[in-house]
Amino acid sequence: MNKLLVAEQLVVGWDAPVTRPVSFHLERGEILALTGPNGAGKSTLLAALAGQGRIFSGTLFRAAGARLALQTQGLPPVAGLPLSGAELLALTGASAQGLPPWLAACLPLRLDRLSGGQRQYLSLWSVLASPAELVFLDEPGNNLDRAGRAHLQGALRARANAGAAILLVSHDPELLPHCDRHLMLEPIS
Amino acid sequence: MNELSLELFWKPYLAGACFSLCLPLLGLYLRLRREYGAALAYGQIGALGAVGALALGLPTLLGGLMTSLAAASGKHWLSRRLPESGLFPLLFLLGWSGTLLLAANLPAVEHLGQALFEGQLYFVSRELLYGALTACLLGAVLLRRWGRYLLLAELYPAHFLARGQSVWPVQVGFDLLAAAALALAVMCLGVMGAFALVFAPPWLAFILAPDWRLARRVAPALAFFAYTLAFVLALYGDQPFGPVLTLALTGITLVLLVFSALMRRTKIFSRNENPL
Repeated sequence: MNKLLVAEQLVVGWDAPVTRPVSFHLERGEILALTGPNGAGKSTLLAALAGQGRIFSGTLFRAAGARLALQTQGLPPVAGLPLSGAELLALTGASAQGLPPWLAACLPLRLDRLSGGQRQYLSLWSVLASPAELVFLDEPGNNLDRAGRAHLQGALRARANAGAAILLVSHDPELLPHCDRHLMLEPIS
Repeated sequence: MNELSLELFWKPYLAGACFSLCLPLLGLYLRLRREYGAALAYGQIGALGAVGALALGLPTLLGGLMTSLAAASGKHWLSRRLPESGLFPLLFLLGWSGTLLLAANLPAVEHLGQALFEGQLYFVSRELLYGALTACLLGAVLLRRWGRYLLLAELYPAHFLARGQSVWPVQVGFDLLAAAALALAVMCLGVMGAFALVFAPPWLAFILAPDWRLARRVAPALAFFAYTLAFVLALYGDQPFGPVLTLALTGITLVLLVFSALMRRTKIFSRNENPL
């Protein structure tokens, strides 16, 4: 079965519901983009699908044994921490294969000695390239320069072609055309 | 090796050496969790437990271990009711005042109270030596196994939930390990000596080490060197061990920090002078 995730009439939130009922499915090898205005509950939906937020109603099916990787907005707190890029990837089990050369050269360096953009891409990569069948990304294009965004588009497709199902939240007009389907979330009011 | 040299020299040296290797490793993870103040709290609460046990006629080692472990067990319950940043200072102050008051009012425990402040390394018991060896071995094995989880829990807390895994057993296990090691170390090195081992070498390793693997080697190596130096200095200078160890650790740390800052400055200057 190619469907790794099926949501039907799902309503999610934290203390109270923040989304309208939403239905969608996610298949192996595809990239689904969650779009919509601020406050529509895109990040909350992602969090709820990953087991963090609360599901108020509806049903959620996740294929048995499908491993999940979640990238949230914001960087891991690495300031002052003696942790190299290679060690960050090892933590999540992510492969360094496919990293852009300008980032692969930074792997032996401490993360807090890298630029904000390099750190952002490496932390995104540590989730994107980790061993998981379902990959959820929240605004993956944030803080990336043109080269980073261009590489990300190819990396997302390569990951999907390798069998992963990718669900991403994005407002990035350069990234959205590279997704297979779009799901627009409307705010409750 | 005769019995006298074993009692007078090797037994205390080995016990302290175990803590000098084990506490900096624990200190790395406590610093990672921004909890190195826990070293003072667990240590001082352990001291209170040891003094209290002596006052009640119970074994001091057991008293120190039990109170420190109780503090670590209650940490999560307490921190839900107190602001996180206030918990460890509060435990430390409770332990400090309680230990001093017991020592001041009960002549039978005055000597132990003093020893816990100064460090009584040269009078280490055989039970404490075994405790130090156990803490060192257990710490090395468990931290090797738990290290990745502790790092992941700090950097990617969502990882475990997304995978449907629980990380709390590792986190609670680490709290208990730290509390037990500190309670034992306080009885050997004194409160401040044990705290210095948890604080200074990991601090230096966080600043200077290029990666986590080297930080795990630099911190115990520096601590072991400072400990051996302090052991010799305190023995030949007939000084209380805890303050000598603390001075050696802070002194070496500061010298290395200044040296590293000077090296960085020299590199910047030479780069400016010769941009090619």
